[in-house]
Amino acid sequence: MSNQKPIADNLFTWPSDQPKLLGSKDTETGRYFFPAKKSNTHELVELSTKGKLWTWTVQRFMPKTPYIGADNPEDFKPYAVGYIELPGEIMVESRLEGVNPEDLEIGMEMELSIDPFVKNEDGEELMMFSFRPCKN
Amino acid sequence: MSDVAIIGIGIHPFGRTEGMTGLQQGIHAAREALSDAEMEWSDIQFAFGGSAAAGSADAMVNDLGLTGIPFMNVSNGCATGGSSLLSAYTTIKSGQFDIGMAVGFDKHPRGAFNADPEASGLPRWYGETGLMLTTQFFGMKIQRYMNDYGITSDSLALVAEKAFNNASLNPNAWRRDPVSKDTILNAMMVSDPLTKYMFCSPAEGAVALILCKAELAHKYTSKPLFLKGAAFRSRPLGSFEVFSPSLEIERGPSPTVGASEATFEMAGMTREDIDLAQLQDTESGAEIMHMAENGFCKDGEQEKLLQDGDTKLNGSFPVNTDGGCIANGEPVGASGLRQVYENCVQLRGAAGKRQVEGNPKTAYTHVYGAPGISACTIVTT
Repeated sequence: MSNQKPIADNLFTWPSDQPKLLGSKDTETGRYFFPAKKSNTHELVELSTKGKLWTWTVQRFMPKTPYIGADNPEDFKPYAVGYIELPGEIMVESRLEGVNPEDLEIGMEMELSIDPFVKNEDGEELMMFSFRPCKN
Repeated sequence: MSDVAIIGIGIHPFGRTEGMTGLQQGIHAAREALSDAEMEWSDIQFAFGGSAAAGSADAMVNDLGLTGIPFMNVSNGCATGGSSLLSAYTTIKSGQFDIGMAVGFDKHPRGAFNADPEASGLPRWYGETGLMLTTQFFGMKIQRYMNDYGITSDSLALVAEKAFNNASLNPNAWRRDPVSKDTILNAMMVSDPLTKYMFCSPAEGAVALILCKAELAHKYTSKPLFLKGAAFRSRPLGSFEVFSPSLEIERGPSPTVGASEATFEMAGMTREDIDLAQLQDTESGAEIMHMAENGFCKDGEQEKLLQDGDTKLNGSFPVNTDGGCIANGEPVGASGLRQVYENCVQLRGAAGKRQVEGNPKTAYTHVYGAPGISACTIVTT
């Protein structure tokens, strides 16, 4: 585990057996924010790990900088992206893993997953969140 | 207060012009507008202008003439042209000056726009992991809309087919070859459900408009047009915008709804009064959604309107008569002004083979862009 680290601080709880995305809640309005906002009126909250797919698309060409997921178009693999509605909280934009684009459907149940994204120059694996179809 | 007239229009053809900077294309458009109004640069009392990626508009005074006028650079993302026009309108309306120019131009590198997370106030990981792309936003917004309102991929293709057909009749358009619906549907998928031909591309081009106090208009043209309404809005809470790591569950209206309402209120007109419209079509789905966001139909009615051909040149409500962004590309600084230019050409009855029949008297424009801004206008005869 020591050679793994989150791609950014305060994005999700880590290390953890059951990691959760970190958002914030405005204590005055009750609104949720993701990523977490630093403010006197915001408290850090752990977001739900399950939700429904609200919409989706597939990224079929390699993004320009600052994308670090592939070095050249030959190594690039298309990936799905969507918004997951976390009930009573907020909709979170995420890469969608473990599913073929043709199987994606609005409304399907999805759950959080934390996985290695790329290795940095020091050989550490940068951990990133995604959502996958629920297993059950 | 005085009304505001449009008395001169100029354009540099859209597309790719090797060996010419964006600024030079802007100067070309400015000169064409001056010639159209039969006036000299020295007659212009003020100017607003801008580009997103091709330098400062006020640098054109080196070529047009050092007359000492106030020339204000405008930088407002995809609404740069719309903001210049609105500023010129307000300046004349206020009585500060009588005659001015709004000019926009651009020259973008090929391919999708580069996104810089920090410049948009977003965390770096958002760009590094491949979530910060305008194309994804457009795919996801129309994907949800199709699910909610029964819009088909066939209708997405009809929008693009119409754009290329209209552009084939427009000598200033970039992509002037008709593309069949089947070719559009079967082309490479870029961001599902949108194929390559359904997207506009960053490009080059320039437009200049000369405006004046309505009382002076007949001095310069026998057919003045009048800018009856112009409004600009940024995003309200709950709208679905590009570059959003998260969205509110409770959905709200888009900035287009507010800008459109304000424009009609200013003009004292209703949707039924409008003869034709140019609506932001960054991709096919955008034109469809913007028909409803601007109030020209209800959500879901677009499917029948498109299948019936109502938004074609010969339809009951022509939309994007010059080929729109899909066939003209999107030079950001010029794009919103191109829409107004096309409306002026149509209302003058000077659109040649793409002229909307029935002697149109009113025309509407709507521009939309990152990070959730919208500007609309109404021009009348």
